[in-house]
Amino acid sequence: MTGTSEAGDGRIGNWKVGVVTSIRRESASGRSITIDVPRWGGNIAGQHTDVRLTAANGYTAVRSYSVASAGAGDRIELAVDRLPTGEVSPYLVDTLREGDELELRGPLGGWFVWTPQQTESVQLIGGGSGIVPLMAMIRSHEASGSTAPFRLLYSVRTPLDAFFRAELESPSANLEVTWIFTRGAPSGWSRPAGRITAADLEAHGFPAALSPTVFVCGPTGFVETVASALVALGHEPNRVKTERFGGA
Amino acid sequence: MTEHVDGNALAGPLSDLFTFDPTTASARCAGCGDVSVLARAMVYGEPDTFVVRCAHCDDVLMTIVQTRDRFCIELRGMTWLKIPR
Ligand SMILES: Cc1cc2nc3c(=O)[nH]c(=O)nc-3n(C[C@H](O)[C@H](O)[C@H](O)COP(=O)(O)OP(=O)(O)OC[C@H]3O[C@@H](n4cnc5c(N)ncnc54)[C@H](O)[C@@H]3O)c2cc1C
Ligand SMILES: [Zn+2]
Repeated sequence: MTGTSEAGDGRIGNWKVGVVTSIRRESASGRSITIDVPRWGGNIAGQHTDVRLTAANGYTAVRSYSVASAGAGDRIELAVDRLPTGEVSPYLVDTLREGDELELRGPLGGWFVWTPQQTESVQLIGGGSGIVPLMAMIRSHEASGSTAPFRLLYSVRTPLDAFFRAELESPSANLEVTWIFTRGAPSGWSRPAGRITAADLEAHGFPAALSPTVFVCGPTGFVETVASALVALGHEPNRVKTERFGGA
Repeated sequence: MTEHVDGNALAGPLSDLFTFDPTTASARCAGCGDVSVLARAMVYGEPDTFVVRCAHCDDVLMTIVQTRDRFCIELRGMTWLKIPR
């Protein structure tokens, strides 16, 4: 599912040199980065790329980043949240400029993906930067004119921490978006700020009886809390796909 | 990485070695017999070492160590790996 991976130059694992074409601030700590990657060859919604930084002394650091865009072509969008003590994310959020080169490999992973051939209901649950691969699914859903019912639960600290906020505030007809604010909700918001609970999943998610496919993505702790709550609500573990981003 | 991630994250590191997508391959755990795609395994990683554990019983399925001039893969924890083609 990751596309053709013939030996030699076209091998998925080969590092490719992309050029940053534009950068957009998404939140106080995050931004999205559009990159032209020669021979990328398009990707399925949900796939990721590995980014490699190389220091002057040859030391390298590799991290995975989900692709927020989907479809054909060699232009991709990433969105990265800065971890203040991190090795790679502060560089991507604070230092990288338009026109800079970036080494990447991919598209990677054929399992945490959604394709327009899927017609069943889809529940997306994202925490923080975990929205990124889900955004690719939402965009692919909309671009393909899919009528599969989509629901998104997006948990962020405050409205200002949301990625892709404008896009998610005017969702397409087959997408319902529920916001969960963990630190500060807008005034007049009925749900008090707090972490996502089984009650949120029950109130706003597709019921287990509908057998939706569920994609959960975000920090490891978030993913584990949500995945166990889903199973407790009767969702079949096999229908729940997870992408842990690491961290607490 | 101090916290584990999913087997999905192995797609990049293993793409250096395999021409197939290893994360959609299913493995049988030698410890508990569970059969799952590698994407569902738990990956504990330092930058150059990945310890892949069964999501069901936590036994080690596979260890990958990368150095400048070689990869070392230890596969004792799985009975087999089935690769879709
Ligand atoms: C498949 C996959 C896809 C990913 N996609 C994205 C993405 O689209 N956008 C994005 O911003 N990140 C994404 N990540 C996380 C990303 O790979 C890095 O882990 C993250 O950017 C931190 O890297 P760093 O080098 O800045 O921090 P590091 O130097 O690796 O770590 C710094 C400190 O932060 C802690 N930490 C590490 N990761 C996290 C985390 N996720 N949350 C909280 N604390 C953490 C560590 O324990 C450590 O103490 C993804 C991870 C995976 C496995
Ligand atoms: Zn096992």
